[in-house]
Amino acid sequence: MEDRLILRVGAKILIPFILMFALYVQFHGDYGPGGGFQAGLIFASAFILYALIFGLDTAKRVLPLGFVWFCGALGVWIFAGVGVVTLVMGGEFLNYDVLAHEPEHGQELGILLVELGVLTTVFGVMVAMFYAFAGRRQVR
Amino acid sequence: MLAITALALVRLRNLFAVAMLAGIYSLLSAGLFTTLDAVDVAFTEAAVGAGISTILVLGTLALVGHEQKKARRSSVIPLVVVVLTGSILVYGTLDMPPYGDPANPAHHHVAPHYLEESEHEIGIPNVVTSVLASYRGYDTLGETTVIFTAMVGVLLLMGGLRKRENSGETDAETRESEDASGSGPVPTHGGSGTDPPKADGKKTHGEGDAHGG
Amino acid sequence: MNVMGLMNYWAFIFLMMVGFYILISQGNLVKKIVGLNVFQTSVFILYISMGKIRGGTAPILTEGDPIYSNPLPHVLILTAIVVGVATTALGLSLVVRIHEAYGTVEEDDIHDLDLAVAGGEDQSFPVSGMDARA
Repeated sequence: MEDRLILRVGAKILIPFILMFALYVQFHGDYGPGGGFQAGLIFASAFILYALIFGLDTAKRVLPLGFVWFCGALGVWIFAGVGVVTLVMGGEFLNYDVLAHEPEHGQELGILLVELGVLTTVFGVMVAMFYAFAGRRQVR
Repeated sequence: MLAITALALVRLRNLFAVAMLAGIYSLLSAGLFTTLDAVDVAFTEAAVGAGISTILVLGTLALVGHEQKKARRSSVIPLVVVVLTGSILVYGTLDMPPYGDPANPAHHHVAPHYLEESEHEIGIPNVVTSVLASYRGYDTLGETTVIFTAMVGVLLLMGGLRKRENSGETDAETRESEDASGSGPVPTHGGSGTDPPKADGKKTHGEGDAHGG
Repeated sequence: MNVMGLMNYWAFIFLMMVGFYILISQGNLVKKIVGLNVFQTSVFILYISMGKIRGGTAPILTEGDPIYSNPLPHVLILTAIVVGVATTALGLSLVVRIHEAYGTVEEDDIHDLDLAVAGGEDQSFPVSGMDARA
């Protein structure tokens, strides 16, 4: 699809907005519908659109395979790390009350971090799966 | 609408159309979730079902072909099984609580606590987010681990084997370190600087493998 | 009144049975996975419809004191959807591997190939690799 001008220009215009929308969904998830899963999926779909339009190799230069795998693992690590931090700070595992002086602020901080972990994992996993399925065709 | 789409899924034999209809089915069910007040779920279902799942199914179809053969077996026995199971389930629903009644037992366990206390305990308006991330953080941690495990499984099945055939290695860690550094031939070249012809031979051999794979 | 209150369960059962029928009657493995998705979605609909309260609104706290629908099923299903896409991807990758090993994704053909190998005919299908993997 490298020679389709409208698709290329359209995708270049759309992708920044998709990424912005994903971040909006992520950080507005406390107040409206949304959260880590949805944001991660939208984030991943932006890069999948990029790979569909500009080719898999270009996408892999933008977003290397190792980085995507690392993201998938990093999110779980962030999530479990928040739990360990709460343990160290004297609470139960994943009890965010102890993260800040006020329990409510601790809860908000904890939820933010945990959602960030979910976003990272979902994004990494979805893009890695897409790379796996799409890269298969080039091998055969 | 959902029922019609589902029935069309049974009859269609062109798998590309099946993939597209599955996406439409997911989108319709997302609309249904919105009318049932589950906006977060509708959002996720729209993103997953109409987006990622469809792309994965299409990617698979590009690899395995898109025409379904006519089944040799008769479809009478499955139909009997399905009708039998369905009627047993319908019989089971006769004791279920009616739809939308506030007195249903599901609304009187922990849900009122979440709705009344989360404003003071968590302090964010979206109850779904606070339940998901805080009250049921263990669930979400386990779920994140599950999809991470699924990624590992998919990569082992789809991505990992190719490199194994290339390098002749079976150790997963060797593969990953090779991939991460991406500089497999370079240390060989530098280490055996006293013997340039051998190093060159090794390097071309490696490149040949990469092209062959 | 009684019958109308149960309509949501019947719709769920109908969709579930359609998914179940696809799952057990179709020979194509990709279509089986699509059927599995239909099955999953029907279960989602069951849970979400049980969480609905008549006259309720989405569980996002606002001014005033409206009736909120039950947020607990929403959370459970949110988790289930993402796990569902993970299982779908895993199943599809298994389908791709099966296609590479057997050259087909039709259940009947795979069965025939297995029988041919078991019957002692000297054909070199790479079945042993699949067994080792399993």
